[in-house]
Amino acid sequence: MTTNTTANPATTAKHDTTPKALIGIPENIGRALATGGGTLAVISTFLTWTWTSAFPGNLTVYGYPGGLQVLVLIGGALTTLFGLASYGIKGLRWLTPAGADSSIKLAALGTFLTAWYTVLAISIQLGGVVNLEPGGYVAAIATLAALLGALALPFTRPEPETADPEDTAWEQFLLNSRNTWAIVKSCFATGTSSPTPKLPAYAEILIIIAAMALGLTVFTYGIGTEYDELFVGFLITAGFGFGALAKAGLADRVSTVTAKHRTVTMTGAFAAAAAFPFTQSDDRYATIGVYILIFATVALGLNIVVGLAGLLDLGYVAFLGVGAYTAAMVSGSPSSPFDIHLPFWASAILGAVVAMIFGVIIGAPTLRLRGDYLAIVTLGFGEIFRLAVLNMDGTSGPDITNGSNGISSIPNLNILGFDFGQEHTIAGFTIARFANYFFLMLLITLIVVIVFRRSSDSRIGRAWIAIREDETAALAMGINGFRVKLIAFALGAALAGLAGTVQAHVTYTVTPEQYQFAAVVPPNSAFLLAAVVLGGMGTISGPLVGAALLYLIPAKLQFLGNYQLFFFGLALVVLMRFRPEGLIPNRRRQLEFHEEAEAPTVLSKAGA
Amino acid sequence: MTTDTTTKDATPGSNPPGETVLDARGVTMRFGGLTAVRNVNLTVNSGEIVGLIGPNGAGKTTFFNCLTGLYIPTEGEVRYKGQILPPKSFKVTAAGIARTFQNIRLFANMTVLENVLVGRHTRTKEGLWSALLRGPGFHKAEKASRERAMELLEFVGLDAKAEHLARNLPYGEQRKLEIARALASEPGLLLLDEPTAGMNPQETRTTEELVFAIRDKGIAVLVIEHDMRFIFNLCDRVAVLVQGEKLVEGDSATVQGDERVVAAYLGEPFEDAPGKDEVAEVEAAEAHAEPSKDTAPGKENDR
Repeated sequence: MTTNTTANPATTAKHDTTPKALIGIPENIGRALATGGGTLAVISTFLTWTWTSAFPGNLTVYGYPGGLQVLVLIGGALTTLFGLASYGIKGLRWLTPAGADSSIKLAALGTFLTAWYTVLAISIQLGGVVNLEPGGYVAAIATLAALLGALALPFTRPEPETADPEDTAWEQFLLNSRNTWAIVKSCFATGTSSPTPKLPAYAEILIIIAAMALGLTVFTYGIGTEYDELFVGFLITAGFGFGALAKAGLADRVSTVTAKHRTVTMTGAFAAAAAFPFTQSDDRYATIGVYILIFATVALGLNIVVGLAGLLDLGYVAFLGVGAYTAAMVSGSPSSPFDIHLPFWASAILGAVVAMIFGVIIGAPTLRLRGDYLAIVTLGFGEIFRLAVLNMDGTSGPDITNGSNGISSIPNLNILGFDFGQEHTIAGFTIARFANYFFLMLLITLIVVIVFRRSSDSRIGRAWIAIREDETAALAMGINGFRVKLIAFALGAALAGLAGTVQAHVTYTVTPEQYQFAAVVPPNSAFLLAAVVLGGMGTISGPLVGAALLYLIPAKLQFLGNYQLFFFGLALVVLMRFRPEGLIPNRRRQLEFHEEAEAPTVLSKAGA
Repeated sequence: MTTDTTTKDATPGSNPPGETVLDARGVTMRFGGLTAVRNVNLTVNSGEIVGLIGPNGAGKTTFFNCLTGLYIPTEGEVRYKGQILPPKSFKVTAAGIARTFQNIRLFANMTVLENVLVGRHTRTKEGLWSALLRGPGFHKAEKASRERAMELLEFVGLDAKAEHLARNLPYGEQRKLEIARALASEPGLLLLDEPTAGMNPQETRTTEELVFAIRDKGIAVLVIEHDMRFIFNLCDRVAVLVQGEKLVEGDSATVQGDERVVAAYLGEPFEDAPGKDEVAEVEAAEAHAEPSKDTAPGKENDR
C-alpha cells in the first residue's frame, strides 16, 4: 500500500482503494483459470506440437516431452503449484510464505512467453500455423488462459499522482506513463513474508542441499542446451521461474537459512560445482565450465577491490595477464625466453607474487587519487600492460614476450603424476582435459572465496568498508587509508595472478589480445566489472552468478552475432535502472541504493 | 615545521592529573591571503573540560582541524603530551587525539558494533595474514575488541542496539555512537565538534552527563559549541575565539561577564543605524561561515 496519507480529499474520493485486477474477470474464476490453465499446459506437453523433428528439436513424440516442451512443463507445473497453494491447500502452504498471487502471475507469464515463443517460432520458421499439431494449439490456449486468469487476480492499486492542470501535454504523458508503470509494478508486488518457522538443523541443511541441487540442475540444463531457441526458452523460464520463487518469499527464506549455515552452504555449493563434470558425457561443456570459473574467480578477486574497498579498477585484467604470462614463461614452453620448467605450485605462487608486485607498483602512485581519477589511471595502466607486452617482441623492444604471437605451446600440467592433458576414468565417468582443469580451477576459486570471506570479516575488511563509506571519517578513526587501499589492490592483483597461472595452461597460448579493456569474449576489464556490478558488489555469490551469465549468454546466443555487445549494453542499462544493487545484493549495498526504502533495523549476514 | 615525531612512548588513556595534554602555541593558519586563525595559544590539562566558543566564522573549526592533523598550521606548533603532532589525521588518532564531527559522519551502512570496532583500528594490529590464517591470536584479538566495543556501547547506553544499522539510530543516539567510536581509539584527549547541535534540551542534558563521565575516566575534553548554557555548565575553562584570534580565556563567570564577548556575539552598537551594506555583509559572512551545514554529510568539506 502507499503510505501517502496526506493526499487531498478529492483524490482520495476518486481513488478506489479496494483491490482490483488488471482484467475484469471475477477473482475466483481467474484463480481457477490460472490453476487449470497451468495443469492443461502440463498435459499439452505430452502431446505432439509439430509434425517434423527438424525444428525446434524433437517435439513430435506422444507422452514424452522434449526440448522446449520440458520448459513449458516446468512453467505450467509451477503455475499449478502456486495456484493450488493460493487455495491454502495443506502441505503446499510452505511454498508461498509471502503470498501466492504475484508468483502465479510471474509463473503464468513465463509459461505463456515460453509456449508462445515456441509456437510462433514453429509457425514462422516452418511457414504457417498449419505446421502446428493439436498439442501446440492446446499449449497456446492453455497458457493464454492461465495468464488471463492470473492477471484477473486482484491487487491493491497505488494512489495515482494527480495531474496539474497547467501541465504541458508531454508532462501529462510522462505522468500517465508513471502511473501506469506504478500499477504494473504493484501488480507483481508481494506482501511481507510470514515469520520463518523454526526448523531442526538437519532440515535446514537439507533445504540448502536441495537449493544447491536445483542450482546445479538449472545450470547444467542451461549449459547443455543444444540450439538457440531452447536457450532462449531456458532463459525465459529460468528468469520468470526464479522471479516467481523470489516473489513467493522462498528465495528470502533460503537466503536466511544459508546465512545461518554459511560453511555448509559453501561446502554444498562447491560439491555441486564439482559434480558438474560428472553430469557431462564429453568434454564439450566442461570447456565452457572452466572458462566460466576462470572468469568468475577473477571477478571475485575484483570484488575485493571494487566491492569492499570501493576502488574502481578498470584495468584489472592486466593482473590476470601478468599471472598468465609469468606461468607461461616458467612452464617450459619452447617460445618462452627462459628455459625453466617449474612445478605448478611454484609457478602458481610465482604468478601470484609477480602480479602482487605489479599491483603495488601500479597502486602506489594511483591510490592517492580518489574516484573517477583512479578509474582513469587504472584504465591507462591496463592498456600500458597490453601494449608493453605487445612490443616486447625483440624488434621494438627486448625479446621477452614474443609480441603479438604470444607464448604458445604451453605444456599441460602434471601434478604428482596426474597428467591434465589425458583422459581419466573416475568411477566409470570419463574426465577429460578440460574437466581436469575444471577441478583445478575450482580449487583456485575455493581459495579466492575463502580469502574473500576471511578478509572481509576482519579488522582489515572493516577498514575497507569504512574507507568506502566515508574516507575522511575513516582517516579520523586512525585508519591509514593509503596503506589499507594498497593492501586491497595488491590482494586483488595476487588473486587475479593466481587465476592467470591456470588460465595459461588451459588456453595453451597467451597473447596480448586476451587482456584488453573491452572485447567480445570475457574475461576483459569491462566484462569483469560488469560481472561484479551485475551480480552484486560485495557479495561472494554475486560475481560468480554474474560471470556465469555473462559468459553463457554470449556463448549460447550465436545468432546475436555482431549485436551481442549492443544487447549486452542494453541489458546492463535496464538492470542498473531497476536493480542497481545487482542480482544478488549485499544488504549494505541495497540500502545505499534504496535510501527511501524502509531499512531493516538489524543487518543480517544474508546475501553475503 | 612539524617533523614527523611518533609518540609511541606516550601511552594513551588515563593521564596523571594536572599534566598538560594539549599545548597549542602561536597557531596561525592562512589560506592564501586569508588568515583564518591568528596566533592562538591554548592548553588543555588532563581531567579538564575546555570549551571553545565564538561566533560563526570565528575559525573554531579551522583551529580544530589544525589540532587533528587535517590542516598543518602555517605557523606555530601543536604538542600532544610534549610531542609535536604528526601531520596526518590517522597518525594523530594513533597518538591519542580522537574527534567527532560537526555533521555526523558515521559509517551509516555498518552496524553500531562495527562502527565502534572500526574505531578500535589503531589499538589492534591484526593484518591481512592474520585475518586469512585465522590463528588463535586473531580470534583472541577479535574477541577482546568486541568486548571492549560492547563496554563502550554500554558506557554510552547503546549496548542494546549493537546489531542495528547506524543509519537507523535516532539523531541523539547517532551522536552518542560517534562519541563511542571516538572513545574506542582510547584517546587521551577527545575533541567534540558541536556535540549538541540539533539536540533537544533533554538530549543536551544527557550529553552533558556523558561528557562528565568521559572526564571522570581521565580523558581530557575540548568542546566546540554554540549552546552557551551547555558550555558554561560543562567547562572548567572557556576560550573565546573571534575573527581568528583568542579574545579571552577563563572560567565561565569571567567569560560570561566579559563585555568584549557580548559585543562579539551581539555586535557593538553602531554609530549609525545598520544600513543595507551591513545587512548584506552579515548575510554574506553567514553564507560563507559554515558552508558545510546545508550540504549532505558525504560532501562536507572538512579539509
